[in-house]
This record gives sequence, structure tokens and C-alpha cells, in this order.
Amino acid sequence: MTALTRPAGGGGAGAALMVHEAHPPHPAKPAIDRLGLWLFIASESMLFLTLAVARFYLAGLDRPEEVNLPLGLTLTVDLLLSSLLSYRAVTKIRTGDRPGFLAALAATIVLGVLFIGGVAMEWASAEFGPGTPYGTAFFSMTGLHVSHLLSGLVVLVLVYRLGRRGSFSADDHWGVTAAVRYWTFVDAMWLLVVFPTLYLL
Amino acid sequence: MSDDVHTVGEARPAPASPPTPASALVPIARGLIWALVGFAAGAGVTSLARAAAGLEPWSLELNFTVGYAVALPGWLFGVGVWERWGREWFGRPVADGPTDRRRYLAFSVDHKVIGIQYLVTFFGLFFLGGALAMLIRWQLMSPTNQPLDAGAYNNVMSLHGIVMIAVAVASVVGGFGNYFVPLLIGARDMAFPRLNALSYWLVPPVAVLLLLSLAFGGWDSGWTAYPPLSVRNASGQVLFNLAIITFGLSSILGGLNFLVTIIHMRAPGMTWGRLPIFVWGIFATSWIALIFTQFFAAALLMVLLDRIAGTSFFEAATGGAPLLYQHIFWFYSHPAVYIFVMPGFGLTLEVIAHFSRKPLFAYRWAVAGFLGILGLSGIVWAHHMFVAGMPGELLAPILVSTELISIPTGLIFLSALGTLWMGRLWLRAPMLFALGMVFNFLIGGVTGIFLADVPTDIGLHDTYFVVAHFHYTIIGGEIFALFAGLYYWFPKMTGRMYSERLAKAHFWLMFLGFNATFLAMFWVGLHGMNRRIFTYPIDLQGPNLVTSLFGFFLGISFLPFLWNMARTLLVRRAEPAPANPWAARTLEWQTSSPPPPENFVADPVIDGHPYDYGVPGSVHAILPGVGATGTLTEGTR
Repeated sequence: MTALTRPAGGGGAGAALMVHEAHPPHPAKPAIDRLGLWLFIASESMLFLTLAVARFYLAGLDRPEEVNLPLGLTLTVDLLLSSLLSYRAVTKIRTGDRPGFLAALAATIVLGVLFIGGVAMEWASAEFGPGTPYGTAFFSMTGLHVSHLLSGLVVLVLVYRLGRRGSFSADDHWGVTAAVRYWTFVDAMWLLVVFPTLYLL
Repeated sequence: MSDDVHTVGEARPAPASPPTPASALVPIARGLIWALVGFAAGAGVTSLARAAAGLEPWSLELNFTVGYAVALPGWLFGVGVWERWGREWFGRPVADGPTDRRRYLAFSVDHKVIGIQYLVTFFGLFFLGGALAMLIRWQLMSPTNQPLDAGAYNNVMSLHGIVMIAVAVASVVGGFGNYFVPLLIGARDMAFPRLNALSYWLVPPVAVLLLLSLAFGGWDSGWTAYPPLSVRNASGQVLFNLAIITFGLSSILGGLNFLVTIIHMRAPGMTWGRLPIFVWGIFATSWIALIFTQFFAAALLMVLLDRIAGTSFFEAATGGAPLLYQHIFWFYSHPAVYIFVMPGFGLTLEVIAHFSRKPLFAYRWAVAGFLGILGLSGIVWAHHMFVAGMPGELLAPILVSTELISIPTGLIFLSALGTLWMGRLWLRAPMLFALGMVFNFLIGGVTGIFLADVPTDIGLHDTYFVVAHFHYTIIGGEIFALFAGLYYWFPKMTGRMYSERLAKAHFWLMFLGFNATFLAMFWVGLHGMNRRIFTYPIDLQGPNLVTSLFGFFLGISFLPFLWNMARTLLVRRAEPAPANPWAARTLEWQTSSPPPPENFVADPVIDGHPYDYGVPGSVHAILPGVGATGTLTEGTR
């Protein structure tokens, strides 16, 4: 949610700065917002860490034969592409290219929706239930990841809507940067934690 | 949309008509309505989906969980998030909240209002938890003829536990942290005022869920909620889990806000070496809240998934591991005790320095103490599990790491004692409570050594010795500091002076009642009385009766406090408080009581250490156009 707060800031400090310019007591608002988002990401990644630990605690290095590695790889490629495109969206708005920004963002969103569809397929076709040690880890980790992905999608859609209505510019695009940074975090959790833990090890 | 309409300092239009009591309740009523709508929507969709899948449409725990997951945003949006924040996500202008007295019941972004909201809420919960404690002591007056049966006792004990844990987590940090951190560092507000309001408004659902859980059979697993019991007991457990996950979110967002505020919002010249010590306590605490709270949330989420989603984290029969819960749970919940006590330490040092009229002794070592506790907090969790059957190789390392904690804690203690040494002690109520904290925490700390050592802990585990120990650290440490802070800052927050006579009566009654109650508990613990059981062997009746009587005495000791507050705030016999009744040097006293919106008439510039009492020529802060601290006591209204 921090993602979209840039223009109005978190509240008093930003505007206060403009009112009393004789004694600017605080650094620029973006530094505050950036740190806030990084701390939120640090905190949130602990959830993924916990579930990864639980996976090895419960199931050791066991992995059932039925795990659909090709589908997992496809999902990984899909997310990597969406991350790249989300970065393209930031680059475009930085140069003031609104159509390019919107197109890249739309593509990011579509890839995100495809990813959720892929996970749904994976869940529907899984030949193991959630009641086994590996199944427990599999369904909870992918579930946690998808719920984060969904929240990221909501934020991206809101940013897209705002962008279409003329918000954000080359000088003022923290909302876009923040949404994309969160999106990248969610992708990174898949790439670094969920995918290797469930599909590779 | 590019202007911030929330800025507290802007001129405000006067309200068109005087607020009526009913209009003050509008935001809360709206929140409740949207919560109910959200609950119905979430639960309804779940039922439809289940029916479509050919399952029984109503599954209490699943429907409740999904319903709550939608009800919570409904509540938040209804209570003010939508009009003050959410509209902006859709490119619409946001509205201002009330600025008169109604703001205390609304989504206010003023850190001082939020601080008061936290204090009032958590004092309410403190007295609720206290009433439950009275019930527990009534039960334990005798091993027979008891008012509660075993199941009801377990529910009461569990509710007492979690309510008081919540008070310990949020009263000092949420109340005094919000109100005074921005003031102490010379800022106009927190870094994210709206996130701050959100953190507070996440709390009422927690209280409602915990009380509502009693209608669903309560939960009898204690505040620790160990599986396998917590996976199998009454549905009240689900409400507990949802409540504490919500509370955890509030705590995380609060910690995040404090960290960004302290890192980025300090006034010019407020270097890390000049930061008031209470702010250091909140800083170290906030890291723990930010990073470790997620582990408690994760553990409770796993229990929830085991109950509603068919996973098997903790069901041994299907490959689960109950011990895993204990590892994850204590990985948060031991650091959590530093969330309780580090703000208390900071507050105590703060009060001791001001009321000894001396520079804070070994300031840098005290800071090192806070950071040392923070650094060690993540590697001591398993001392709660010495008898749980964990791998033997963990015992010795955890014993050593736990005992290492006494080194940074000792640094903080030495700072307190060194400040007192040869000081001109001013024994007003805040100072008495701070001194009481030092005394009590010494007992709490020393008895902790026996619980950190594996050989002694094997005998003492799960006895009343443990109960006495942690009450000494939490009540004796944090709650005494809470009252020190309350009396210290009361004139600043309310603009009125409390009755010193009643405050001192409160201190002495509470100090005696507290020590008598919990010293006796060490004794019954050493004689093998188990905790969390509704009865006990008959030969322990004598000391239990004594404990109960002193426990009631402790309960009664809050009457002078309540009368003092009521008399000062409601009956209005109290004299107005000056801006700086303690002639203290820190920034919160260099502005009016209570402070104006945005806190200071001019942005302060910091030029020296906050505690240099008696150091010739030293200045802490300069308020441009007003003066320097130390030179003014009254003139900043």
C-alpha cells in the first residue's frame, strides 16, 4: 500500500516541508518512502523464509516424482518476463513515454494473471494432497506466493488506471517505482525461495 | 492530488456546528457496517464455492476465516482509510478528518491523537486482563471449592495471557512511542502518519475477536497456542489466530514507521549520539517488531492452515512436527520480551536522568546495551524448549547465548545506577516508579539465570517459578515503567497536573502488592506447583492463599490511580500544568502542554546532549526565535 502514497506522501512531513522552507528539517520524501518500502519487503520476506525452513524441517530433501517441473519452469520464465517488462514500464515513464509505460505495464499484468492460472492448473492437477509433508510445504508456499502476487496485481492495476488518467510523469513516478519494486520482490521470492525449494532441491 | 490535505498545521475551517456525541461515533459505525458487509460477502462466497464443488456449504472455521479476511478491510475502509487515503488510489481527492474532539474516535493522522488512542485502549485492556487475573487468584485461593471448572479456567488463563501480552507489546511503544518519539527528535509527525493511524485501527478488531472467541468455545491453549492442542480444540482458537495475525500486522507497520521516523525525521543536529535514550529503546524494539513478528504470524497461519486447509504442519500422524511450531513461535516470542522491556528500559533511564539532575551515566554503553540485546535476541529462543525434546546439541549453545544477554542488560543497569550515584534525586511519582522498575527487574533478571541454565530449568520448567519470573520482568519491568512514563508525561499530554499524593499512594501500594504476590509465587514454584492448571496439591494451600490476598491487594492498588485520573480529567479539580513542570531539557518540554499541532512553534535545532544537567554552558536545543533549552521553562506556550 505504501506503493501509491507518493504524491500525498504519508501525510504531514512532505507538505510541511514545502510550507516552512526556511528550516527544512527533514530529507526529501522519496528517501522516506524508499526506506519504508525496503523495510516492508525485509519484513515480508521473513514469511517466505519461515515456510522454506518448515519445508526442510518436515520433508527433508524429499520431493515426490509427480512434481511438474516443466510447468514450474514455464511459470518461472513467465515471472522473469513480467519482471523485465515491469522494469521497462519504469524506464518508459522516466523518459515520459506514457504509451510505452502503459503497454509494458499491461503486459506485466497479463503475465501475472497467466501465472496465477498456471498455479491453479498445478493445484488442480497435483497428484499429492496437502496432507503430506511435501504437500503441506507445496500448497502453503505456492499459496503464500500467489496471495502476494495477487496483492501486487491489485497495486499494478491501480497504477495502470492512474497512469491512464494522466498521473505520473518523468519527474514524479514513485508510485510506479514502488509498485514495480514490490512486484520484483514477489518475483524474487518465487525465483530464490519457492521455486528452488519446491522444484529443484 | 499533489497537495497533502492532511497537514496538521494548515488552517482549519471551524466546524459548522458543535459536534454532538452521536456524530463522533459515525466513523466507527460506518466501519462496523462495512465489516459486517464484508463478512457476509466473504462467508457467502465461500459457501457458494463449496456448494458448487459439491461440499457442505457451511464450514464454520473456513467461512469465518474468509469472512474475516474481507471484513477487516471493510472495517478499515469504513472507519476512515477510504476517505482519507484510499480515494487517492483511484485518482480522487482525499478528505480531512475531524479536528475537534471527535478526532479521538476517528482515523486521525496526528501522532499525538494516535498515542492517546493507544494509551486509552491498552489501559482498558490492562484492566480487563487485571480483572481476569483477579478471577485466577480467586480460583487458586483454594484447591477445592473453586468458582471455575477446568475448561473455563483454561479459557480465562489463556485470555488473561494474551490480553496482557498485547498490553505489553503495544502500551509503551504504541502509546508513548507515538506521542513522544516525534517530539523527542524534534519532528512534526511520524514519517507515515496515515500508516500510523492504520496501525492503530487494526487493534479494535483484535480485541473484538478475542472476546468473541468465547462465544465459539474459547481457546484453552494459552497465549502460546501450542499444537497439537491448538489444531484440535474449539473453534475459538481460529478467532485467536486471526486476532493475533492482525495484531502482528499492526505491530510490524508500527515498527516500520518508527524506524523510518527515527532514521529520517530527526531535527538538524540531532545526531545518533544525541538521541534521547527512550528513542534508542524504541529504535531497537522496532527492529524486533519489524523482523521477528512475522514468525509468530507464520506459526499461527500454519495452525490455521492445518485447521481449515487440510495441511499437516503439526499433526504427527500425517508427518507433521509439533516441535516445529515451538521453534518458530519462540523465534518471535522470545525477542518479543525485549519488545516489552526495551522501551521500558529507555523510559526508565530517561526518567532517572531527569530526576537525578545529572547527565545520563555511560550513555554510549547504554546504547550499546540496547543494540546488544537486539543483536542477541535472535539466538536465544530455544531456552524455552529445554525439556521439549529438541536436539541435545542445541542445549549448551542456547544456554550460553541466553546468559550472554545479561551483559547488554547489565550495561543498561549500570547506566541507571551510575546516574543515580551522587545524583540529587527528586523523588516524585515518575522517579519512584522508575526506581521500582530497577529494583523489580533485578529480581526478574537474576531469577532468569536459573531458567537459562539447563540443569536448573529442567526442574523449574512449567512451574510457578517461571510465572513469577516473567511477571517480574513484564509487570515489574515494563508496567512500572509504563506508570513512570504516564506520570512523567501526564502534564504534557493533558495540560493538567495529577495529584502527587495519590500518585505516591499508588506507587507504594502497587510496589508492595506486586512484590508480595510474586515473591510468594517463586516459593510455590520451587515446591513444584505447575502452571496452567486449575488446581494444585492441598499442602500448597497456605502460600496460595497468601498470594491471592496480596494479588487482590495489588488489584486494589490501582484505585488511587483511577481516582487520580478521574479527578484530574473528569472532575477538573486539577491545576493546569505548565509547559515544563520538571524543568527538563528534552524537546517535548520546550513546547506547550499539550503541544500544538505539528508540535513546535519553530523547528528546533539541536546543539548538545539532552541530559547535560549541571554542565556549564551546555545547550540541548535551540528553537529559532524562542530560545535555548535550559534557559526557558515557561515561555514557549
